[in-house]
Amino acid sequence: MAERRVTVQTEAGLHARPAALFVQAATKVPMDVVVGRPDTDPVNAKSILSVIGLDVRHGEEIVISAEGDGAETALDRLAATVTANGA
Amino acid sequence: MPDGLRGLGVSPGVGAGPVRLIAGAVPEPPVGDRHQGDADAETARAVGALEAVAADLEDRGAKAGGEARDVLSAQAMMARDPGLAELAGQKITEGSSAPRAVHEAFGVFRGLLAGAGDYLAGRVADLDDIRDRAVAELLGLPMPGVPESDEPFVLVARDLAPADTALLDPAKVVAFVTEEGGPTSHTAILARSMGVPAVVACPGCTGLAEGTVVLVDGGSGQVRPDPSGEEIVRAHAAVAARSAALTATGPGATADGHAVPLLANVGGPRDVAAALAHGAEGVGLFRTEFLFLDRTAPPGEEEQVAAYRAVLEAFPYVVVRTLDAGADKPLAFLPVTGEEPNPALGERGLRMLRRHPEVLEGQLRALAGAARDLPVELLVMAPMVADAGEARDFAAACRAAGIGRAGVMIEIPAAALRARDLAAEVDFFSLGTNDLAQYAFAADRQVGALSRLQDPWQPALLDLVALTAEGAAGTPCGVCGEAAGDPALACVLTGLGVTSLSMSPPALPAVRAALAAHTTDQCRRAATAARAAHDADTARQGARAELPGLSALGL
Repeated sequence: MAERRVTVQTEAGLHARPAALFVQAATKVPMDVVVGRPDTDPVNAKSILSVIGLDVRHGEEIVISAEGDGAETALDRLAATVTANGA
Repeated sequence: MPDGLRGLGVSPGVGAGPVRLIAGAVPEPPVGDRHQGDADAETARAVGALEAVAADLEDRGAKAGGEARDVLSAQAMMARDPGLAELAGQKITEGSSAPRAVHEAFGVFRGLLAGAGDYLAGRVADLDDIRDRAVAELLGLPMPGVPESDEPFVLVARDLAPADTALLDPAKVVAFVTEEGGPTSHTAILARSMGVPAVVACPGCTGLAEGTVVLVDGGSGQVRPDPSGEEIVRAHAAVAARSAALTATGPGATADGHAVPLLANVGGPRDVAAALAHGAEGVGLFRTEFLFLDRTAPPGEEEQVAAYRAVLEAFPYVVVRTLDAGADKPLAFLPVTGEEPNPALGERGLRMLRRHPEVLEGQLRALAGAARDLPVELLVMAPMVADAGEARDFAAACRAAGIGRAGVMIEIPAAALRARDLAAEVDFFSLGTNDLAQYAFAADRQVGALSRLQDPWQPALLDLVALTAEGAAGTPCGVCGEAAGDPALACVLTGLGVTSLSMSPPALPAVRAALAAHTTDQCRRAATAARAAHDADTARQGARAELPGLSALGL
């Protein structure tokens, strides 16, 4: 299981446009991807309602995980959607 | 407007037309509603309905373009959420019909979002709208949303969702009326961006029969069924007159040319832009507390000079009020001497500065320095002045600092009663009607239950204004309280002999229009009528009866 622990740098946190971009990117990944806070059960990263339901704010840490071929590259791409400021 | 409905006007203008109601609410599929036995086919139906709704939302977004496109594509993404389809599939496997399963699946996410922060609570309405669309699709019901119509109509709804309004043709919708919503609701924002009149929070509007012609005033919030043709014409004329009057600029004056300078109340350099934008001729009240709050020592003179200059260089005429601190606005470097059970009656304003003359002198020197090479007329006044002795001392301190024009706030009834004595000591007065009312009625401004006694139309308060203006006998006497920003009261104050009006900048255009619509004589008659009344409401009515231009302006 590969995972990335990143700090959400987008102004809106994991809401609105950043959430949509994150979920769109996750939907393109062929394997299952989950996302959550470090200490809680993760949710399906391809579900916009679950992702915004996490209510992650600017500056909070999230963990994104996936398993299988190409998981590392996929996670880097997903992490970039929330760390690239202004995205 | 009797027999009408009333809500909150959130987008100005008037519109008249037949009512079209948004298609009725989609019913909740009954609990325990089950499918025929083919779970796979039922699941395919549910997924198909969600996809159809998503495609329709995207399609509407593409047609609407701009901001609506982003909003609707976000909603399409919600409809396509794999979590929703999965949950609905589980319920169907357990035997639920597709409509019931979809309803329950939305319910799970609804609970999740409703329990989280404010931003998410706002998404709940979006989610409900998507759910209703999916259920309507499955049940073969008309899709909720704007009805088709060939003639322009007044759109009436409980509330409007982005999906309802994205495709609205402004040429078809003459007004919006909703039962719910507020000034920042989707309906309000959309209506203003479309330039269509709108009234929200209007109880009873969804009870209007389809096709009833209504007259909607998006300024006053009135919704009148079955208006006469003449009423419609008059309403349009009033709106045209008001918008023309409110866009007028230039110095304040009555219809017969008596000048009444219209000034702005500002709390620091950041308010300058709004004051200029609304056509203020100068500043009638520059509050200086912003420089002194939250610090352990007074700001240095250089820092003060820089802050004052930012306001002084923007206007030809600025009245500065020296620091108004005290037990109600305590400052660490101006400690209160003892316990003050009634801070409003304690050591505040000039009283405090008399105990700390170095703070007053520093501020006056900084003000004189800030104005030195600017083409501005600087006037400085003290708050909370009770008698002629205090006025004299303050004026002396101003002269010592090199300030040419010194004045006092008239906000203590004793100062109003003996205005003649104070006028002999200073160059101008500024009536602070809020505090004057507080002290005249012994009614704390902070106590909401006493707001009746804070009404600036109270005849006793108007008497004190009249006494002050009379006692001023040629000394300029302005008003810088809330009262100055009420268009009708501004005319009355002018009639009482007040020489300038200072208010929060957004109030300036309406006051300018009200003054321009009446002669000095009408203002005087309105003042006499108001003072002849026995209470605030009658004073207001009596004055308005003498000021016919107000209703023509829709003010």
